[in-house]
Amino acid sequence: MPEGQFREGIAGGRLSADQYADNFSDLHPPLDHHEALVESDRCYFCYDAPCMNACPTSIDIPLFIRQISTGNPIGSAKTIFDQNILGGMCARVCPTETLCEEVCVREVAEGKPVQIGRLQRFATDVAMGENKQFYPRAEPTGKTVAVVGAGPAGLAAAHRLARHGHDVTILEARPKAGGLNEYGIAAYKSVDNFAQAEVDYVTAIGGIDIQNGKALGRDYQLSDLIRNYDAVFLGMGLGGVNALRADGEDADGVINAVEFIAELRQASDLSGLPVGRRVVVIGGGMTAIDAAVQSKLLGAEEVTICYRRGQEHMNASGFEQDLAAANGVTIRHWLQPKRVIADGGKVSAIELEYTAMNGDKLAGTGETLTLTADQVFKAIGQSFVPAALNGSGASIDLEAGRIKVDAEGRTSLAKVWAGGDCIFGGDDLTVSAVAQGRDAAESINRSLTQG
Amino acid sequence: MADIRNNFVGIKSPNPFWLASAPPTDKAYNVIRAFKAGWGGVVWKTLGEEGPPVVNVNGPRYGAIWGADRRLLGLNNIELITDRDLQVNLREIKQVKKDWPDRAIVVSLMVPCVEEAWKAILPVVEETEADGIELNFGCPHGMSERGMGAAVGQVPEYIEMVVRWCKQNTRMPVITKLTPNITDVRKPARAAHAGGTDAVSLINTINSITGVDLDSFAPQPTIDGKGSHGGYCGPAVKPIAMNMVAEIARDPETHGLPISGIGGITTWRDAAEFMALGAGNVQVCTAAMTYGFKIVQEMIAGLENWMDEKGHASLDDIVGRATPNVTDWQYLNLNYVAKARIDQDACIKCGRCHIACEDTSHQAITAMVDGVRHFEVIEAECVGCNLCVNVCPVENCITMEPLAVGVMDQRTGKPVSPIYANWTTHPNNPMAKVAAE
Repeated sequence: MPEGQFREGIAGGRLSADQYADNFSDLHPPLDHHEALVESDRCYFCYDAPCMNACPTSIDIPLFIRQISTGNPIGSAKTIFDQNILGGMCARVCPTETLCEEVCVREVAEGKPVQIGRLQRFATDVAMGENKQFYPRAEPTGKTVAVVGAGPAGLAAAHRLARHGHDVTILEARPKAGGLNEYGIAAYKSVDNFAQAEVDYVTAIGGIDIQNGKALGRDYQLSDLIRNYDAVFLGMGLGGVNALRADGEDADGVINAVEFIAELRQASDLSGLPVGRRVVVIGGGMTAIDAAVQSKLLGAEEVTICYRRGQEHMNASGFEQDLAAANGVTIRHWLQPKRVIADGGKVSAIELEYTAMNGDKLAGTGETLTLTADQVFKAIGQSFVPAALNGSGASIDLEAGRIKVDAEGRTSLAKVWAGGDCIFGGDDLTVSAVAQGRDAAESINRSLTQG
Repeated sequence: MADIRNNFVGIKSPNPFWLASAPPTDKAYNVIRAFKAGWGGVVWKTLGEEGPPVVNVNGPRYGAIWGADRRLLGLNNIELITDRDLQVNLREIKQVKKDWPDRAIVVSLMVPCVEEAWKAILPVVEETEADGIELNFGCPHGMSERGMGAAVGQVPEYIEMVVRWCKQNTRMPVITKLTPNITDVRKPARAAHAGGTDAVSLINTINSITGVDLDSFAPQPTIDGKGSHGGYCGPAVKPIAMNMVAEIARDPETHGLPISGIGGITTWRDAAEFMALGAGNVQVCTAAMTYGFKIVQEMIAGLENWMDEKGHASLDDIVGRATPNVTDWQYLNLNYVAKARIDQDACIKCGRCHIACEDTSHQAITAMVDGVRHFEVIEAECVGCNLCVNVCPVENCITMEPLAVGVMDQRTGKPVSPIYANWTTHPNNPMAKVAAE
């Protein structure tokens, strides 16, 4: 019976121990001191810099890069944290190629942007390495704020609220804080348990109490929070996974990509993590890429992403698509799942139907394709699960299935703010969640300190 | 093919690129490597009088400043004249000259300011059959404290006196090397000329401190916690050196006196610029110390290509060509009007032109037009200062375009006058020369 990569079915231990370590090492290794100086010298210190305007948290990028180049990485880190207390994680996971680096004038001029993300990591690594805390807490206000969810939005909100002297309680359903930073990021983007180190760094300001294993709707109700706290911030992310709407999707081996990614991140021994010999990933976003690439890195022989629209419609950035291709993942377009074929209850293949635009509507063409597969990942989007919100008391207004907020992050309920993936109008980015959490915290602070 | 052979006060070399008297020319080993690389000549590192050699510091001898990507822009040194035995140097000079007869070897000299000292050294140098001597009146540190180097170069009367001694005691051509650490370089040049020098060379290095160690609060380079001003050279000093060359070239008292140009020459273009301002050849040091001797190959090919392209047959066609265009401010044409123009295809939208103009100049460049990031010159505000050109990271993206005669200058509301008019006749000048009635 073939072993390793060619073993049939879903199995672990496809690679040698060294290969696992190598495959899941830092995707973008940190810049060393010399590299950081060389790279920082490339920045033109633009006026009203396009990179800064492209950053959802509006970090003063030219200033922090100049501070690196003048030998002041600590000052540089403060410039970053002033706008984005999760600047360390954002430096690792931001799709910089579609944000700051896409509009860098060096990208325009030479097709080679300043490596802003890696420079940001350099500066924040120095400060976090020294556990340099920049923000003393204001005098205690005696006000209390409940934050639901210890993800990027909740952590950013909590930090800003703690700075203003409020006492914050974060209620987190999972056993660890960090949200998608802990459970949802590809392992090679956040090595060495960085997500937990960042949680520790952020909460070191004091005044933030994280309670794990506390799920909204199960362990407490929103109405409890409204009653017991002066304000509430909802930052619980997306709990649901969209279905394939294909026959047979309950077969063994059809798995939510987000769960696979979370399991991989929490695995202490990657060789024990089973993966299919032939994997098909359905979807076209970052989650699809993360699941596909990591399947390949775990030793899957054949990994195919099937996306129902064209390459130009994919949510995954060009960089991410290239990353997948470079790792041997095949990306196929204009294919939608039709039927999962099972053998003895286990996935053995997936039948897909070709699609085309019929006017402005996507439609199947009738032509089909069957791919052999022993594992199928669903990565066609996540959805907000509002049920937990409305266990008791007044219900909160939604828009397109997510929480409706105003420009300051206020929901339809008094004393309740929201931010991150659970609100309508976001872009599902860590950095945007941080901006929303931070800005909602400022709004909460104004509300708590007025009269 | 352009002929770049050089004849400088009768000293012949296959090209006008000499290595200046400095560490790269301290011994035969380096000089032979330089000749193999293609250098036209060398000025051998300064010899002192017979006796115990000078002693150098054993800590850092150099300091520097850098631009982006740590490109060396300015170098400072506190090394003294050669610390090798006089006889060893003389033997090596003689041998190298014998082995490389087509290359120029000039010997730099620095001995005490008494005639006997010069009378003693000149014949032994002559015996090497070197092509000439260069009088080191410029070294700004160490030797100057002992009454030599810049201590002589800063007193025109001493320059004239020593040059005269040399001219009376040797048949070799005498090149007088000038220090820039003076107020008016024309004075020492005139003194050297009066003493009968065959040529001047300039500039020697500039008094400088390149940095301060902010932990020990010591100037750099730091020797056991202390530092001394050293001699500054490299690309950063080129503009200062070129002005001094031009001042001597256009001074009626020294006009025509051969000049060997020195100061930050790094590329063929730098060399051509010095020569256009009046230098008959050039001497290089910092560029070689930064990149090695191979750079001369770029200099030779670059100069030849440029001369071929422009139809200059020999160096005589370019030397001094820019000198007549160097004038005093008061003679500049105040009716000439130029405006900056931004090439929108070349613009990378960094906005530096805008912020430089907005914060520090004339508010003549937009940042936003119709809600779009767009940088464009507002002609009605542009005084043609050129700052935007200088801060733009893209070459030739912003250019200064002269307004044609008769075209309306939107800033002044007046058409460009065809008449050349300078400050000497300007109505706002209380000293204006009024045409005779």
